[in-house]
Amino acid sequence: MTRLKADSRHLVRFKLNGKPVEAEAEPRMLLSDFLRHQLGATGTHVGCEHGVCGACTVVVDGMLTRSCLTLAAQVDGCDVKTVEGLAPSADRLGALQRAFRRNHALQCGFCTAGILMSLDHYLSRNPAPTEEEIRDLLSGHLCRCTGYTPIIRAALEAALSATATEESSDA
Amino acid sequence: MVQAAVKSANSVDQGRSGDKPWVGRSIERVEDAALLSGRGRFIDDLGVQPGTLHAAILRSPHAHADILSIDIEAAKRLPGVAAVLTGEHVKAVTSSLVVGVKAPVECWPIAIDRVRYVGEPVAVIVATDRARAEDAAELITVEYRPRGAVVDPLAALAPDAPVLHDGFPGNLASDRAFRYGDPEQAFADAPHRFSIDIKYPRNSCTPIETYGVVASHDAAEDAFEVLANFQGPFSIHTVIARALKVPGNRLRLRTPPDSGGSFGVKQGVFPYIVLIAAAARVAGRPVKWIEDRLEHLTASVSATNRATTLSAAVAADGKILALDWDQVEDCGAHLRAPEPATLYRMHGNLTGAYDIRHVKVRNRVVVTNKTPTGLNRGFGGPQVYFALERLVQRIAIGLGLDPLDVIRRNLIDAGAFPYRTATGALLDSGNYQEAVSRAVEQGKLAELKAKRDEARAQGRLYGIGFTAVVEPSVSNMGYITTVLTAAERRKAGPKNGAQATATVGLDPVGSVTVHVASVPQGQGHRTVLSQVVADVFGLEPKDVRVNTEIDTAKDAWSIASGNYASRFAAAVAGTAKLAAERVAGRLARIAAGQLNVEAADIVFTRGFVASRHNAENRIAFSRVAALSHWSPGSLPDDAGQTIRETVFWTPPELTPPDDEDRINSSLCHGFIFDFCGVEIDRTTLETRIDRYVTMHDCGTILHPGMVNGQIRGGFAQALGAALYEEYAYADDGSFLTGTLADYLLPTTAEVPEPQIIHMETPSPFTPLGAKGVGEGNCMSTPVCIANAVADALGVADVTLPLVPARLAELVRGVEPPPPAGRSTATRAREGDRRLHGEGQASVNGAPEQVWAMLLDPATLHSVIPGCQRVDRLSETHFRADVTLGIGPVTGRYRADVELFDLDPPRAVTLRGRADGALGFGSAEGRITLEGDGKGGTRLTYSYDAAIGGKVVSIGGRLLDGATRVIIGQFFTALARKAGGGGAAGGGFSLFALLAKLTSLLGGRR
Ligand code: FES
Ligand code: FES
Repeated sequence: MTRLKADSRHLVRFKLNGKPVEAEAEPRMLLSDFLRHQLGATGTHVGCEHGVCGACTVVVDGMLTRSCLTLAAQVDGCDVKTVEGLAPSADRLGALQRAFRRNHALQCGFCTAGILMSLDHYLSRNPAPTEEEIRDLLSGHLCRCTGYTPIIRAALEAALSATATEESSDA
Repeated sequence: MVQAAVKSANSVDQGRSGDKPWVGRSIERVEDAALLSGRGRFIDDLGVQPGTLHAAILRSPHAHADILSIDIEAAKRLPGVAAVLTGEHVKAVTSSLVVGVKAPVECWPIAIDRVRYVGEPVAVIVATDRARAEDAAELITVEYRPRGAVVDPLAALAPDAPVLHDGFPGNLASDRAFRYGDPEQAFADAPHRFSIDIKYPRNSCTPIETYGVVASHDAAEDAFEVLANFQGPFSIHTVIARALKVPGNRLRLRTPPDSGGSFGVKQGVFPYIVLIAAAARVAGRPVKWIEDRLEHLTASVSATNRATTLSAAVAADGKILALDWDQVEDCGAHLRAPEPATLYRMHGNLTGAYDIRHVKVRNRVVVTNKTPTGLNRGFGGPQVYFALERLVQRIAIGLGLDPLDVIRRNLIDAGAFPYRTATGALLDSGNYQEAVSRAVEQGKLAELKAKRDEARAQGRLYGIGFTAVVEPSVSNMGYITTVLTAAERRKAGPKNGAQATATVGLDPVGSVTVHVASVPQGQGHRTVLSQVVADVFGLEPKDVRVNTEIDTAKDAWSIASGNYASRFAAAVAGTAKLAAERVAGRLARIAAGQLNVEAADIVFTRGFVASRHNAENRIAFSRVAALSHWSPGSLPDDAGQTIRETVFWTPPELTPPDDEDRINSSLCHGFIFDFCGVEIDRTTLETRIDRYVTMHDCGTILHPGMVNGQIRGGFAQALGAALYEEYAYADDGSFLTGTLADYLLPTTAEVPEPQIIHMETPSPFTPLGAKGVGEGNCMSTPVCIANAVADALGVADVTLPLVPARLAELVRGVEPPPPAGRSTATRAREGDRRLHGEGQASVNGAPEQVWAMLLDPATLHSVIPGCQRVDRLSETHFRADVTLGIGPVTGRYRADVELFDLDPPRAVTLRGRADGALGFGSAEGRITLEGDGKGGTRLTYSYDAAIGGKVVSIGGRLLDGATRVIIGQFFTALARKAGGGGAAGGGFSLFALLAKLTSLLGGRR
């Protein structure tokens, strides 16, 4: 493992939502700050910077990751997914996002990016979850606006619609 | 559960179905697409001007202390640091924030000579980036002389309590007595009197996004420009401008397009606006500051905690004849604007939903060594209703009546509206009896009662609670003057009303833009306004673009602007309707001329302006709408322009307090009736909400999905307040809940779906008939759950939050202290951060040898982990620098220790303290050495240590256990140095104790 010097900046390169990115970071720079302020990917939010609220959740090499507990230097060479990569195109939302909008699963939207990342990751591996499973998954996220139920409903609905689409495309 | 429960109100209603109005339908929100794809524009997402500097704030670790000196030289020398401001520097460029009561007291956004709460700003460091500013903060040395601290409002009134401000003798900021009707007579005549003592705790609806401010100063014009996620009320704009010593037109205050929740809390950013603006002025460059979570929990703002004694004179049938309120409001260390508003917001509503004609009130406002208070969802409601609705349950139990019957007996009669309460509120409309009946039926109370019987028959702890609540909304800007006497008010001039404003504009292609000064933080104002205005113009919501950002330099606003007191639906949306109607009226006149019909015959429908009687006779809306731009000459003379219309609306009902101190504190009054069933686990004493039913009458519903969103969100926060959340302080004023792992917000695992029931009694006082709805459950739910818990446990007193430990005390009595062991490190009592410990250990080597080691700097250097140097200042006085870390937590400490009562080689007393960026500690200990007869030494020690600062706020949970570990580590090293021996559970060095304890759990870098 390379030793980074505390007082100098180092080049960090990785793939962000499929596209190569690079910028400089001090070794102590958090991934959340790096994404937001060095790369301008401000969709990932910071609510606590101590790993409890879940707002900063991203996916690194297929693993759910709190970007506020990760150093930018740690993801050098990795594959990072953030909320900016969820929609199929700039003017279209994905199924999960649409389910959120239909169900009023967000109010201020500050917590939303992290929750979407957790759900997107989970639903891709567990296409038919129960309410209990979703509640369990999301217990690592804090939302102060919605009281959660609409979020859970959106997740279940998105899972259902994804399964339905799959079945119909199989047919 | 979820599917069924949410369905009806949540499913969106997007389609065009005939001419059904858009208002009242749950359309998808225009806000959502951007927020769902990471394109929100929150304050920290927006770019700043190149060269903008970043601020970090050094804060007080002490609850109450004099600042003897602040050394900022080293910090200023750090490369990248542009400016360091202490209280003195801030004072030089600002003036004190205005204080809401008449008293010779100042209120600064930074400590001046003295700190009065943990987290109070002591210095602002401005540097090229945040990390550097924080580095510099660590280089600042502040010398404090601690004073006694007081955190309890009643204790603050005691004659011997430490006094925070000389201008508030006895810590009393205000003391007012009120009398309505003839309460003395009513109490004298009544057959029964019931009383309850309440201590409502401190909590906060803390949003997930923290505060943010970007400020700059134009020295040439002496004008400030500020971007902040402030939420209003904009009466605070005057406070900020005054503090910055500029007229209002030289303070341009803007808000970002998105704000990550507020719930009242972001009103409290305003002292930081002053602070950061002052820093920008001193630095000569724009300065940005984003608060971190520890700062937010410790020192942003909080709801008030309150000690209340409430008594009721009661007839035999449960009818309440009179109330006697004695409220002691704790506003924290400074009385910050708009406090003491929390206490007076509910003044008109002290009788709740009940018809009670005689009321006596004593309101005292005290200051304590805690964070200053401010707006918080529910604002005064939770504190009032907790006392009132707990008392109603008590009355029922005392008289052997059903609590619901007592509620029913006292509800205001349906025929009595508009109803003037004894204390002055004018309750606009409602039918409380009907609402209760519907809730009982639709919420299946009978079923719930059967369930309780069944559970109890099985020996389970099951209870049912009820609450009836009037939810005030749209605050009268004059209610706060009730704190003044009538004579003082006459001198100050009348204050009343609540100006709402909305602007509707038509551009040259005839498309519609709406602007309001409502500053939403997630409440979907843009969507609702597009519905309201689309209805007026016969358009679709997507045709109407709404802007809710505010810029005080360019936009219409007034002191009541902002997002608080649930004023949006009732006041702002209604005002937008009025503005749109005014434009529509002119458009109708223009169109009437073109279509050759009377203006009264004109309708706006489906994108056209048409004749009501001949739908074919029509003209496209956009054509008529654009005419004012392209051909003003062809408009009828009396039509006027249709380019832009700004309406200000203030309800005439919001009058100032009268000479008898009656105040209509709010315009609208919704009604809530809640009941719930809870079960408490006999083993863990965890409270589980089995079922929660909440009936709301918030007048006309504009967007059902959003109304339910408000109810559900408020309910979840209230559940937190009832069961988990408390801004906890130790007796010495240390703040104990500085992380979201200590201040527990409810998660998906704890929040059930409430059953929401609606009834709509429109308000006659608002343009759309709507009333506020956002705060109600924060008022009703905590006490409803508490009533259920009291019912389940059969206890008379319950205190929030209802954490298992507290319930255990109620059910099982106070936990006995653990049996005395050889080595213990325990807290003297709950809330006391002092650690007491004692233990024994043995070391190879004679007492004389160990004694010499203890006094030898070189030995100490090698046995204190992380020790960088030890200086012996005299035979008995040592100073040590220690860098210590466990896990990710590292900090530098400076320890200073003196030895007393030396009895070589048998005993010594050590006393000392340690300080560092992450906290401080002081301790005293006695060590005795005794030969064990085998050439070794047995040490016995006891100590008393107090620890404070950040380390306690973020690591309090771990402190006690960690103490033992550290002591053991030190001892092992000493034993090894002496050649063998072992730690028998403890050590004794004050260096190690102090240095390690304080460093162990500190900060994060
Ligand atoms: S910001 Fe990372 S978990 Fe809260
Ligand atoms: S939507 Fe505001 S915090 Fe979740």
